[in-house]
Amino acid sequence: MGTVTHAHGSVAVGTGFDPESVRRDFPILKRRVRGNPLVYLDNAATTQKPQPVIDALVQYYASQNANVHRGIHHLSEIATQAYEDVRAKVQRFINAASVREIVFVRGATEAINLVASSFGHAYLNAGDEVVITGMEHHSNIVPWQLACQRRGAHLIVVPITDSGEVVVEEYERRLSPRTKIAALTHVSNALGTVNPVKEMVRLAHQKGIPVLVDGAQAMPHLRVDVRELGCDFYVFSGHKMFGPTGIGVLYGKEEILSAMPPYQGGGDMIKSVSFERTIYHDLPYRFEAGTPNIADGIAYGAALDYLTRLDWQVVANYERALLLYATNAVSTVPGLRIIGTATEKAGVVSFVLDGIHPHDIGTILDQEGIAIRTGHHCAQPVMDRFGIPATARASFAFYNTQEEADRLVIGIQKVVEVFK
Amino acid sequence: MTSELRSLYQEIILDHNKSPRNFRKLSDANRTVVGYNPLCGDHYTLYVRTEDDIIKDIGFQGSGCAISKASASVMTTIVKGKTHAEAEKLFEMFHKLVTGELSGAIDAEELGKLAAFSGVSEFPARVKCASLVWHTLSNALQEKSETVTTE
Repeated sequence: MGTVTHAHGSVAVGTGFDPESVRRDFPILKRRVRGNPLVYLDNAATTQKPQPVIDALVQYYASQNANVHRGIHHLSEIATQAYEDVRAKVQRFINAASVREIVFVRGATEAINLVASSFGHAYLNAGDEVVITGMEHHSNIVPWQLACQRRGAHLIVVPITDSGEVVVEEYERRLSPRTKIAALTHVSNALGTVNPVKEMVRLAHQKGIPVLVDGAQAMPHLRVDVRELGCDFYVFSGHKMFGPTGIGVLYGKEEILSAMPPYQGGGDMIKSVSFERTIYHDLPYRFEAGTPNIADGIAYGAALDYLTRLDWQVVANYERALLLYATNAVSTVPGLRIIGTATEKAGVVSFVLDGIHPHDIGTILDQEGIAIRTGHHCAQPVMDRFGIPATARASFAFYNTQEEADRLVIGIQKVVEVFK
Repeated sequence: MTSELRSLYQEIILDHNKSPRNFRKLSDANRTVVGYNPLCGDHYTLYVRTEDDIIKDIGFQGSGCAISKASASVMTTIVKGKTHAEAEKLFEMFHKLVTGELSGAIDAEELGKLAAFSGVSEFPARVKCASLVWHTLSNALQEKSETVTTE
């Protein structure tokens, strides 16, 4: 794509990436909403799915459907192979050391619950501490609250600045001999802040503290190498990275996972059962009780294949340019204030308008075919920190365009017009 | 503006949003109930003074979207001086109006300013905004003091 100059001046998204080359792979982007072409800017809630993912779901049910890990018949072998191939794809995608470190779950939320429950049961005692940041999603707060309540431990929160950043020194100071684990988001869903998690992991490890990183919002924007980050756990959801809902991943270092007690009991997680004694399965199956989400897991593999084919450096440059362009464009609206102005951001423009509630913004933009999220984004403590009840959040993916950012701005101007 | 939007954000609603009526705390309220929708952040405190089953005075404070705030404002202007039973009947009618269940010929006089909220029925996600303070009033009249939510 050449350099194109748009209404909002010279911030050209001429990064060598043509979003049209990917847009055609996402059939939903062709549809209209309320008479207008859809502008989908709710990617932090869930991303759209490319055709290969949709095809994989259909193909699985049309020609492969069988239960995994138990049948000796042909279909079961095929389904098992396809499902386990995806585990290997995930392992390569995040550069984990082994497939034994890849546990399939429903999503990032379940992954955190698994760790909070199992790790918490094994290692958390009265008076111990769990450190989180002030910008966590509810799913990286509540499971730890529950674990702390059960064990008489304390949740320690690292404050964030007015720009929506963690002060690393403040974080370091809260890592104490009582800290049993730190749970940190990689990218904030409400603010878009990218945290320096590699440095934060290093600081925790200096004191012998393991770290869980919530990667739900990072995976659609960054290429993550878990061994380079050094974290002990990394969790993410398939549906936020162009895959189906209902499938997600807990990555855990083998030495830690293998020492953790089971989370749920049932089939598939055992080697043998008698009424006196059960011998649990090896990793990762020990944490995968019951028939797994085979279809979505296999289709998730198609999403990983799709992402692997993209030149990620080019995509990342494009996304950075698009976010900058959108930020500058919406900033031209009088009375608009962006919430979350960290130096390092990914994918999110959260904002408020003087005297206009985000809910009204959302309704009016929807009439224009523009899908954004309004509300507290499951991050109420973040809203409290900024003294606001809610924000309007436009969140971007690589298939979004400069023109869509322009339509967002025109839509916001209409909102202002209604409430003039 | 699309016609749906114009019917949602009618002049009366925009006016009451910008200049809410009875937007004050009552020092002599004998019923005080909070209405809160955490998902969207609508948060109001309703103050009511009732005497002999009649709403003598009513006021509210708080913040939220245009629909919820205008609904609160219009409600306070309408129910003042009404009996509890009359207020509950208005709530019933209002609820049917915003959920699109008001069938047949509507008595425009009976609806009065509430008719401005007829457009809400086209926006299912906004019904809870419009009805929050009415639920709150209903609780106040029934002497239930717990926070109301319409999520």
